[in-house]
Amino acid sequence: MLKILKYSFYDLMRSRWSYVYFLFYLALGFVLLFLNNDVSKAVITLMNVIIVLVPLIGTIFGVMYYYNSKEFTELLLAQPIKRSSIFLGQYFGVAGSLTLSLVLGLGIPFVLYGLLKSDAIFDFTLLLVTGAFLTMIFTGLAFNIALSNENKIKGFGYAVLVWLFLAVVYDGLFLMSLIIFEEYPLDGFSLAATMFNPIDLSRTLILLKLDISALLGYTGAVFKQFFGTNSGLIISILMLSLWTVLPIWRLTFMAKRKDF
Amino acid sequence: MTNLRGTLGALFLFITYFLSANTITVCASCEVKTIKKGILIASDFDTLLIKEGTYKEFNILVNKPLTLLGENFPVIDGEEQGEIIRIASDNVTIDGLFIINVGTSYTSDYAAIRVVKSENFLIQNVVLEKLFFGIYLEKSNNGKVYHNKIIGDAVDEYNSGNGIQLWYSKNVEVDRNIVQGVRDGIYLEFSDNITINNNQSTDNLRYGLHFMFSNDDVYTNNTFENNGAGVAVMFSKRIKMHNNVFRKNWGTAAFGMLLKEINDAEISDNTFEENTIGINIEGSNRIVYKNNSFIKNGWAVKVLGACYTNTFTNNNFLHNSFDISYNSKMNDNVFDQNYWSDYTGYDLDKNGIGDVPYRPVKLFSYIVNRTPETIVLLRSLFMDIIDFSEKVSPVFTPDNLLDANPLMKRMK
Repeated sequence: MLKILKYSFYDLMRSRWSYVYFLFYLALGFVLLFLNNDVSKAVITLMNVIIVLVPLIGTIFGVMYYYNSKEFTELLLAQPIKRSSIFLGQYFGVAGSLTLSLVLGLGIPFVLYGLLKSDAIFDFTLLLVTGAFLTMIFTGLAFNIALSNENKIKGFGYAVLVWLFLAVVYDGLFLMSLIIFEEYPLDGFSLAATMFNPIDLSRTLILLKLDISALLGYTGAVFKQFFGTNSGLIISILMLSLWTVLPIWRLTFMAKRKDF
Repeated sequence: MTNLRGTLGALFLFITYFLSANTITVCASCEVKTIKKGILIASDFDTLLIKEGTYKEFNILVNKPLTLLGENFPVIDGEEQGEIIRIASDNVTIDGLFIINVGTSYTSDYAAIRVVKSENFLIQNVVLEKLFFGIYLEKSNNGKVYHNKIIGDAVDEYNSGNGIQLWYSKNVEVDRNIVQGVRDGIYLEFSDNITINNNQSTDNLRYGLHFMFSNDDVYTNNTFENNGAGVAVMFSKRIKMHNNVFRKNWGTAAFGMLLKEINDAEISDNTFEENTIGINIEGSNRIVYKNNSFIKNGWAVKVLGACYTNTFTNNNFLHNSFDISYNSKMNDNVFDQNYWSDYTGYDLDKNGIGDVPYRPVKLFSYIVNRTPETIVLLRSLFMDIIDFSEKVSPVFTPDNLLDANPLMKRMK
């Protein structure tokens, strides 16, 4: 598995997409810091970018990579290698290189601008951790979709749809239900609804760490009571891990049974 | 004529003052060892010169027109027994004292300096520490509280007092004081014609400035920073507030300024920076907001209802999460020629005024007002999208709530 991971990783390096992605985040980080020079303010702006762009790029990239390397996969399948290691290797190759680009691309400018001396270091670490999780989750989902659809157009369509659903539509439904059931106590419901969407969960986790959380009022206080504690943080990380593990598990499960 | 008589009267007072006034020196090695004794033997218009040292006294009653002048800040230590100085005479001056350890009580408001039913008092250059109430003016008019420093160490609201408290007092000047770490920095109740200038009220437990039922007051050049709940202005008429700074009043129940039942006020040239809510307006009418800057607040202006005929002109709204929040569909307030950092319109004829009106109420803030729980969707992509669509074609927010002439450049 490690060997295949290495191949996938180097393959991505050679194709330069990792560099493009890395340079994009590097430029973003530098521009943000150059424009407002305040590490903690830049974290807020960055959050907006991360919760929208990272899942999108993870999804598109995952699907693209799977379809592109299909011939290579078929070649590997002819070899005496375990199926799970082939797919897991490819998955971790893609997800790993994307995560690395994200972490390095954003990390370098922030470190250069004196992050280590600022109090924002914890917020920033959380930002990178959730960014990494989102990459893993959405690449996993993308691999699943690609594996289940031979038709590329269909695969791409579904992948974009999944992103759209989790990034936009889910919040819309969430909002509708909050408004429709406004007569009822909704704290528990909103907590649960936030938990079930990795994008919302990441957003809430980061927001509550920033002082902007005071805007959230009563609901924010309930959220803070939950997420602010160590157990809340651990539960959220567990939830994100679950979101990561489930697609991977389904990936190996499907890969074993699929007829190529 | 009355003026001349007044001048003559003052001159006469002045002359008699100099003719009759003596100076009594109080110090540890002097003939007069305590302030109480000094007051006892002093006659009207004398000066008590209190030398450097520590005086362990409380319940000092100043019942004749005297000047208590401290040299090198003598310490008056109340040993937490109760009230320290009570002024019950007109024309008393207190200058240059260092008063510590005022008693705490749940039944009476012990103060470091309390002025009761007196006129023409002057309290200046006084430093107060470890206090319950600081300077307490009770039914006392025409005085001045100038250049004092009040440093409290209040922890809980229920067992702490206010820095400077005015109760049924008129024509008082509160100038250049520094108040921090008490419950309410400056508190006014039933006090009219007060001028409050150049004060710094910071890090107080509850409000930096709190006033109720006080009309015709003027506030200029004050700084209110990092107070538990900001500044509260309630049930008052004809207030003028100019050049004040409200900063960092940040918390779930904090405001830069809370206006409740305020009518005919003028609020201009103030800066509201980094507050959860810049100004929270409730039942306030005919207020003119001009040349204020709202910078990086959660809500710049939150209008809660029954607010009519307010005008907002030439204000700067810079980088607030929400510029204006409204909870009704009706609007009777005017927004004109403000600068909005979120404005994305253009100015083809280059007259400095945008050609497209700006709608300061976002759909999201309208939704949040209706269902507060929806605030958890703050900064989500979905909200940005519906805000955008609402901006293009308003459906939910009041139709006429717009700035028809948004400025292209920030007001200086």
